[in-house]
Amino acid sequence: MMEQKVIAVSGDEAVAYAAKQCKPDVVAAYPITPQTIIVERFSEYVANGEVDSEFICVESEHSALSACIGASLAGARVFTATSSQGLALMHEMLYIASGLRCPIVMAIVNRALSAPINIHGDHSDIMGSRDSGWIDIFCENSQEAYDFTIQAFKLSEDHDILLPVSVNLDGFILSHSVEDIKALSDDYVSKFLPPRIPYYTLDAEKPITIGALALPDYYFEIKRQQDEAYKKVLSKFKEISREFSKFSGRKYDVIDNFQIDDAKIALIGMGSTIGTAKYVAKQLRKKGKKVGVMGIKVYRPFPSKEIIKALENIKALAILDRALSPGALSAPLGLDIKALLYEYDFKIPVINFVYGLGGRDISPKEIVTIFNRIEKIAKKKTMPHGYEYIGVREK
Amino acid sequence: MSKLKSWKELPIGGVILEAGSSLEYKTGSWRSQRPIINREKCIGCLFCWIYCPDSAIIRAEDGKVDVNYDYCKGCGICAAECPVHVIIMKEE
Repeated sequence: MMEQKVIAVSGDEAVAYAAKQCKPDVVAAYPITPQTIIVERFSEYVANGEVDSEFICVESEHSALSACIGASLAGARVFTATSSQGLALMHEMLYIASGLRCPIVMAIVNRALSAPINIHGDHSDIMGSRDSGWIDIFCENSQEAYDFTIQAFKLSEDHDILLPVSVNLDGFILSHSVEDIKALSDDYVSKFLPPRIPYYTLDAEKPITIGALALPDYYFEIKRQQDEAYKKVLSKFKEISREFSKFSGRKYDVIDNFQIDDAKIALIGMGSTIGTAKYVAKQLRKKGKKVGVMGIKVYRPFPSKEIIKALENIKALAILDRALSPGALSAPLGLDIKALLYEYDFKIPVINFVYGLGGRDISPKEIVTIFNRIEKIAKKKTMPHGYEYIGVREK
Repeated sequence: MSKLKSWKELPIGGVILEAGSSLEYKTGSWRSQRPIINREKCIGCLFCWIYCPDSAIIRAEDGKVDVNYDYCKGCGICAAECPVHVIIMKEE
């Protein structure tokens, strides 16, 4: 472990700083609230000569990701960032990035989708993209935003993986709040993350075709091959995180278990809310309540085995979703967890809550209410159907 | 056609490692109608040669034209454009 510099930065600044230290060859991005600070800071780094990246100011997010794909295929280390409508505009390119096996790191500063127009944080944007074949990482705080951005490059560019990675941080709650983070020195980041070694190179002497047509005779095989790379992601993530902890002293896994080992009831969720939930769980422990919290760090690919193992002794569970999947049985994470419990024949009562849409705050008091509800369903051993809302005015 | 490959045998990301491999893809198998040229009446104007979207019309040494049926998809543009109406489309 090495000495680290403590810096006071917002989540966006933490990402921009990490990205700078990773020395991307190409950054193509379009500014959008609440991601804007990432792009602003990065362009300042370029203007000041602090980083030698080609910064491409594009006319839209569709073009931003298109430029990133081209650069990635040419062998460059590539970074971009977006939010909400920007991610929606990138949608078709998301599948092309993963289908062409492009290493790209994209910070997604999660924000609600219009309509109604809103600029604040929820997970609607990323949930609409969750089947696009990207690796989706969720941050609880700015430190994680910094650490995961650096690790994401290593994961994305690994020759066993070659898949794009999104690093998700909650709009405003993380992106615009200033926190102290510990930053590695530039030298150590360079040591952890040497320049990218491209899997294919563009060479006029040995021409190759990228993005060729694949009809019913080959499309399925190429998708099957892509899915296989996805299966290696979780173990690779753990391997990279172990290496990163030697540099930073900070240990990460695909899930973050807090007081889970001896807990009777638990709450599962993603993003900054996990920080609030940990605070509440600590308070409840003082009152003798055996409560735990699980934060999902890698959402896609889904860490099924790790989650089920951690839940071994849990009697009842709440799943928190900061997104709706209108008309579905449950909200996105709710669906995943319910399916997982069925697959492992682990029948415990669970309750799925949708909260915080459009940046609506979730308070510690509401999280206490959620833990009380879990206690109730644990006692009754009943399974509430579908999902419920918390923090919305019903009357 | 050669044996279809499994996902394990394919280059990562569906990349094609040899240049010019489209020559091996005989798109003529898509054809449902075949253009037949009446060479006796062909005036060698080369309209069909210009218009063919697949470059499947071949210029012959006598100044007239033939069809490369390996790549002709049977779209019928040649027959539609022929000013002397000597190309007919016949069901395969």
